[in-house]
Amino acid sequence: MSVSTTSRVVVTFPDRTRARTQRDRAARVSMALAFVVAVIPLAWILVTVTTQGAQLLFSSTWWVNSQRGINSTMVGGGARHAINGTLIQAGVTALIAVPIGVLTAVYLVEFGRGRLARAVSFMVDILTGVPSIVAALFVYAVWVGTFGFQRVGFAVCLALVLLMIPVVVRTTEEMLKLVPNELREASLALGVPRWTTIVRVVLPTALSGIVTGVLLGLARVMGETAPLLILGPYTKNLATDLFSGLMPTLPTMINQDRSELGQAAAVERMWATALTLIVLVLVLNLAGRLVARLGSVSR
Amino acid sequence: MAKRIDVEHLDVYYGDFLAVHDVTMTVPARSVTALIGPSGCGKSTVLRSLNRMHEVTRGGRVEGSIRLDGVDLYAPDMDPVLVRRMVGMVFQRPNPFPTMSIYDNVAAGLRLNGVKDKATLDGVVEQSLKGANLWTEVKDRLRKPGAGLSGGQQQRLCIARAIAVQPQVLLMDEPCSALDPISTLAIEDLITELKAAYTIVIVTHNMQQAARVSDQTAFFNLAATGKPGELIEVGPTSTIFSNPGVKATEDYIEGRFG
Ligand SMILES: Nc1ncnc2c1ncn2[C@@H]1O[C@H](COP(=O)(O)OP(=O)(O)OP(=O)(O)O)[C@@H](O)[C@H]1O
Ligand SMILES: [Mg+2]
Repeated sequence: MSVSTTSRVVVTFPDRTRARTQRDRAARVSMALAFVVAVIPLAWILVTVTTQGAQLLFSSTWWVNSQRGINSTMVGGGARHAINGTLIQAGVTALIAVPIGVLTAVYLVEFGRGRLARAVSFMVDILTGVPSIVAALFVYAVWVGTFGFQRVGFAVCLALVLLMIPVVVRTTEEMLKLVPNELREASLALGVPRWTTIVRVVLPTALSGIVTGVLLGLARVMGETAPLLILGPYTKNLATDLFSGLMPTLPTMINQDRSELGQAAAVERMWATALTLIVLVLVLNLAGRLVARLGSVSR
Repeated sequence: MAKRIDVEHLDVYYGDFLAVHDVTMTVPARSVTALIGPSGCGKSTVLRSLNRMHEVTRGGRVEGSIRLDGVDLYAPDMDPVLVRRMVGMVFQRPNPFPTMSIYDNVAAGLRLNGVKDKATLDGVVEQSLKGANLWTEVKDRLRKPGAGLSGGQQQRLCIARAIAVQPQVLLMDEPCSALDPISTLAIEDLITELKAAYTIVIVTHNMQQAARVSDQTAFFNLAATGKPGELIEVGPTSTIFSNPGVKATEDYIEGRFG
């Protein structure tokens, strides 16, 4: 086939260079502005909380004592009881929610076909949208209403589990989808059974992403307040038993001191408690990332 | 330990779509058989049905029989996991496990199947890496990630990984198509060495490669797009290349279509 030169269409491109550089500049400026706008409240919160609350964190009693015998007009005592409560509840919540969430994600990505998978996926979507107060009221209705139990720390955990599961499922799902199919095939072709392939090849490859998801879920759960107000009222005493008595937590402690805004001691405690919560979440995040990094080979 | 493969009246499906129709051929033990043919004629599909990897694809199923030294790979009580341990596979794109070191990649097939003895693992890793002509290049960095090797080295790592589980047959789907000419030559030399111990089936688009490495060549073709792929002819490589029985084979080999 020969191309006839007379009928050849010649294309001349319009010169858009100027317009393009201008649009480029405009886009850069608006992105930078958006970033600044997004960061302002974050920085503001951090600065406020730190300046108001940092001092107490360095006091000798903050990390060891509870508020036992200390009323809102008095300084002193610590947040140990609330820190314990928050860590215990977050830990137990994660212990329940992470296996369920990860296994659900594994089912959805590796096995799920057809109706059941679509139903599960839909439920997870719904769960994602459930406001925490609804989760708390649901657990309250079942725990106190149907079973007639007392309000205890474990009931709080159950409500938090409902809030954490969808976060873990969705992030784990995304991470598993990113694992290339070739790796699964490589493993299967070595005569490695499917389940071993998932546990030893797929999950480790997705590990750091899964850890991030768990940490996001944990951070959400640790700062959650509605379930605590409904299911886990504040107490000033140390408590470690999830199944009897009240269990104090950092958010409920913040709420307690907030109700005494007239008292300078309470206000300072409130800021310090808030900062403690932020620090805990931060430390957990760093620890999780470190663990995830140690889990993979060095590059 | 190499074994021969007998394929009889093999039909391979993706769901309702018949991808390959009525393949009958024999792959002798300790030889290299090349599968050639135009894109989409079902070479990979046939290859993957030889170690039951085809059924990993959703809807993938097979009719007819494939026997390994007389043992029916598709017998109802045959475990596909055992089949894959007997019939190893190397893929088109090198796919070492990214979370594992070079050592762990080679040891993966054994470890993931419960072999823990350190001395055994050490021995097998060294032997497999030597078998894949990679040992001298990596022996000082066995603990480094496998993904840090060059493409050609990664492919040899994948070959080492495949032979570490001591299969009887080795399948290779265009193992050199992502590699430069030097690495390609290294792999071709390796294939020639490996055939002393293994039965090898290789898919390739490179006619020179088929001519260089294979003892037997099978030519697949499509009657028309949408029709299933078919085995047109199979025979000793020298015959297929110099004196093919079918016009289509000659045209394909000489690059007149495809
Ligand atoms: N996962 C799949 N689902 C459905 N059909 C598929 C799938 N994989 C391959 N096929 C079809 O099966 C037929 C054979 O494909 P196959 O990959 O075996 O060809 P091939 O000979 O290996 O081609 P190439 O040389 O391009 O690799 C093609 O028609 C292809 O479209
Ligand atoms: Mg192919």
